[in-house]
Amino acid sequence: MSRQANRGTESKKMSSELFTLTYGALVTQLCKDYENDEDVNKQLDKILLSYFLPRGYNIGVRLIEDFLARSNVGRCHDFRETADVIAKVAFKMYLGITPSITNWSPAGDEFSLILENNPLVDFVELPDNHSSLIYSNLLCGVLRGALEMVQMAVEAKFVQDTLKGDGVTEIRMRFIRRIEDNLPAGEE
Amino acid sequence: MADEALFLLLHNEMVSGVYKSAEQGEVENGRCITKLENMGFRVGQGLIERFTKDTARFKDELDIMKFICKDFWTTVFKKQIDNLRTNHQGIYVLQDNKFRLLTQMSAGKQYLEHASKYLAFTCGLIRGGLSNLGIKSIVTAEVSSMPACQRLFLLQVTLNNSRIINYSRYFIIND
Repeated sequence: MSRQANRGTESKKMSSELFTLTYGALVTQLCKDYENDEDVNKQLDKILLSYFLPRGYNIGVRLIEDFLARSNVGRCHDFRETADVIAKVAFKMYLGITPSITNWSPAGDEFSLILENNPLVDFVELPDNHSSLIYSNLLCGVLRGALEMVQMAVEAKFVQDTLKGDGVTEIRMRFIRRIEDNLPAGEE
Repeated sequence: MADEALFLLLHNEMVSGVYKSAEQGEVENGRCITKLENMGFRVGQGLIERFTKDTARFKDELDIMKFICKDFWTTVFKKQIDNLRTNHQGIYVLQDNKFRLLTQMSAGKQYLEHASKYLAFTCGLIRGGLSNLGIKSIVTAEVSSMPACQRLFLLQVTLNNSRIINYSRYFIIND
């Protein structure tokens, strides 16, 4: 019986590693694709940044549907509630970690998500020539895409990153505005 | 514990990303499929290393293939391979009746030709896994559309430079 239980937790761990490894392979492939050119190397970090935001956005747009279907959370009434749901429910469901929320701005429209350990970077080391790469930028795109589908325009960016030697990974989320549904012209 | 949905979405994005940055044409299509397969190869290598850390040594090829069908497939796709056939001379055909990566796509024959893009990563995954277990292989996959929203997914693994006999004689696919 205990051997069965071991298999169960092992396979769960493995599927998270599958995601981590796949993401790593994707970034590596991109680096290789753009590496033939000297100038491009300097641009590489910017290119990768611009590559991942729209990809993450697309993923986020679909992920929110899956999330809402499975988690049964109701509508969030303000940004604080949203922050709570993101950290305690969404991150837990998809990445198995619970980040903490800190550093609320006085106006209540900016906060930081602190991740003790980022599962995306489990086996990753940044080489010297890519030391300014924002590796986990996909996450920012996902957050932005998902929240846009629930009528919130936000901006997400990395402030600290364990890959670059900081102690924790910190994502700063800023609320820009509420997106109103646009009625088609002529139906006002 | 990353969720399965995350991997599925990332995989779809990967495929569309690789194709977006390539131009049109047959050659490019092949190149993209190769890229995806190579990515799968790296991931397969890493995964199999982590996975077989504590398992016992495999007795023979068939044992390895059974491991791939049961444990490996369960880890990656949350289900086992439905059918494994072999000619005992190095060719194995794995059949999955409900391939996870394709269930989200429309049933019917309309997009069948695009299905190969979504299979390349998985082929690489198997090839990478086998390579780190010491086996050189060629992995090909095909999909045939079935009634209801099932996808018949056949993976053919040819091990260790076995002579590729006309295998269609051995495996008759029942419709």
